[in-house]
Amino acid sequence: MSTLETDRKVNRSQMKVSDKVAIEIRKMNKWYGQFHVLRDIDLTVYEGERIVIAGPSGSGKSTLIRCINRLEEHQSGQIIVDGIELSSDLKNIDKVRSEVGMVFQHFNLFPHLTILENCTLAPIWVRKIPRKQAEETAMHFLEKVKIPEQAHKYPGQLSGGQQQRVAIARSLCMMPRIMLFDEPTSALDPEMIKEVLDTMIELAEEGMTMLVVTHEMGFAQQVANRVIFMDAGQIVEQNEPTEFFNNPKSERTKLFLSQIL
Amino acid sequence: MTDLSFVRTEMLPERAPPPSTTGVIGWLRKNLFDGWLNSALTIVSLLFVFWVLDHLFVWGISPTWSDGSLDQCRTTISEAGWGGACWGVIRERWPQMLYGFYPEELRIRPTLAFFLLFIALIPVLFSMISRRMNWLLLALVLLAFTFAVESSGLIIAARVVLAAAALWIGVLLVRVPTGEEREEQIKQGAGRLPNPLWFTALYIFLMPWLLWGGTVWTPVAVALGIVIGGLAFRLLSPMTGTLAALIVAVVATILWWLLLSGPFADMMHGIFPIGLEPVKSRLFGGLMLSITIGVVAIAVSLPLGIVLALGRQSDLLIVKYLSVIFIEFIRGVPLITLLFVASVLLNIFMPPGTNFDIILRVIIMATIFSAAYMAEVIRGGLAALPKGQYEAADALGLDYWKAQRLVIMPQALKISIPGIVSTFIGLFKDTTLVSIIGLMDPIGLSNAIRADANWNGIVWELYGFIALMFFIFTFSMSRYSMYLERRLRTDHR
Repeated sequence: MSTLETDRKVNRSQMKVSDKVAIEIRKMNKWYGQFHVLRDIDLTVYEGERIVIAGPSGSGKSTLIRCINRLEEHQSGQIIVDGIELSSDLKNIDKVRSEVGMVFQHFNLFPHLTILENCTLAPIWVRKIPRKQAEETAMHFLEKVKIPEQAHKYPGQLSGGQQQRVAIARSLCMMPRIMLFDEPTSALDPEMIKEVLDTMIELAEEGMTMLVVTHEMGFAQQVANRVIFMDAGQIVEQNEPTEFFNNPKSERTKLFLSQIL
Repeated sequence: MTDLSFVRTEMLPERAPPPSTTGVIGWLRKNLFDGWLNSALTIVSLLFVFWVLDHLFVWGISPTWSDGSLDQCRTTISEAGWGGACWGVIRERWPQMLYGFYPEELRIRPTLAFFLLFIALIPVLFSMISRRMNWLLLALVLLAFTFAVESSGLIIAARVVLAAAALWIGVLLVRVPTGEEREEQIKQGAGRLPNPLWFTALYIFLMPWLLWGGTVWTPVAVALGIVIGGLAFRLLSPMTGTLAALIVAVVATILWWLLLSGPFADMMHGIFPIGLEPVKSRLFGGLMLSITIGVVAIAVSLPLGIVLALGRQSDLLIVKYLSVIFIEFIRGVPLITLLFVASVLLNIFMPPGTNFDIILRVIIMATIFSAAYMAEVIRGGLAALPKGQYEAADALGLDYWKAQRLVIMPQALKISIPGIVSTFIGLFKDTTLVSIIGLMDPIGLSNAIRADANWNGIVWELYGFIALMFFIFTFSMSRYSMYLERRLRTDHR
């Protein structure tokens, strides 16, 4: 698992981290009922960062990124996305959600709409972009993920890898400034993982701010600028990838890496 | 140990299946004569079906069409030596079975309303082939109205022309090829022509006016209430948010209907007296009554059911519990009880002197009854949707109402089609229960007909005819739901 699933060369020249803050999380806590899922999370994400979040299952890594677009509600602390603080104010939530794209493990495409309609739905109804223009944008991103010829098919007719690329295109159509990936390749066959990772690398090369929950350590090594290791609802260790993989500090991280590499 | 290695040197070509497993013979063998037991069962069943049909046929083709009483029928049958059914009653009473005691000279109005119903349904039931559908609607509406005018040579010629035009446009519409060309046509039409649904919207107000008559300003006033509500919603929703605006709009509409629409209609009628001769509700009857109650209740119970299903899933505690209580209470009470409440009890609660139309009361009861069932059917559809659909809609920034309208409901309703149509069919058949509170639906009329000395004792013919009338409607609904399921299937095509 130490090498990237894809043989594509990664071009890091465009991957620049700016000093502008994209996401600021301060002392954030979350409970499911009595269960303390996220504990005192402090995290600052700068524009252009590619952060991979790793950790055993149940460590709260998915919950963390789902808090960033408020699919999950946090109970204490602060989350500030692009200068907007997430609270129960619905207007702010919708504003944040239209700036933050999300890709799910199970794609979650809308099965009753064609690929093109999946991609134009939110731009037309949320951004109020004219249909024609929205379709042009959608075709542009479908070409980018290399499936423009499937535009008039339904999600059920596509393979898993194709569906996930459509899901990425659908998010991109909203012109997000930040992209969240929640285990985007976990539900895919090995040969499909490659095509999705290629798409994600391309996105990284263009300077997109990305938070990726994944078990693809090859991707973390070659694309990420920072790896965060989580366990039991807290950030245990974070470092830049070479240091993280070659010289882990905490015992918990060492154990985790020894099991998956 | 034998050698396990194997290498195929030549790929096998494709071959036809054995002839005894394909075609008619293969089908018969597989489905009817598979082994001696199945063969015997097939033969016995066929003999039984033949026996039943034979008896029914002899009973059904009975030379009694022109007889005027049951005794006359019996004589005819014994003279002929065959037959069994007494169809004279249907010949004599079918107008009554259709219209009840609706004044004979005005029966053209419900007939017109009935045919216009189908025209109003076309844009709802079938996907818009193109906006050219408007021309078809126009031709059909004009055609329908020619029947409301005294027949003459000119009118008949007009009918022929209109029918030919409708047929020609219909053929053109059906022959529009699928795919991009069709989309192109829809786009073109959308630029110039209105959505044919305008007629459906109009029909909602046209139908009661045609059936009950009275001044034209009453339906106009009712429609104005909806316009007022819509305007209030438009103005308020950017300021106060969707939910608050919705509540204000509904309240404004109801206030208009209760307080101002009556005086407004009277005033306008005083200035421009346009109207049809009014018909009292107690004269309504027959299939017309069943269809009126059924269609209105069906049309209203679906949206009401959606609202209740959403209410039941709502995070707003009061909305949630109001929906739960409503659904559980209405569902837990027999329809017949609600109908008795409508016919007897409701008058006690009304201020003295109010005249709350009995058919309207029955329609309201039938509607809320089926809405409660509908809510549960739709909740089933909502529950079947994966959580990911809600999350994806949220993550894209769609707000609650948009997510419901664009993502959740289209899928949930599609899943619930069989249940929804079952509820519709059940509701339509349940309209016969109104005979118990004294309304003259077909069942009520069959009792009235038997009270006539000429037809005392006739049962099968009447009930058979009623059954046939209902079957035509319910079977059409069932076939339509299958068509709709096929059309909306987007997985693995």
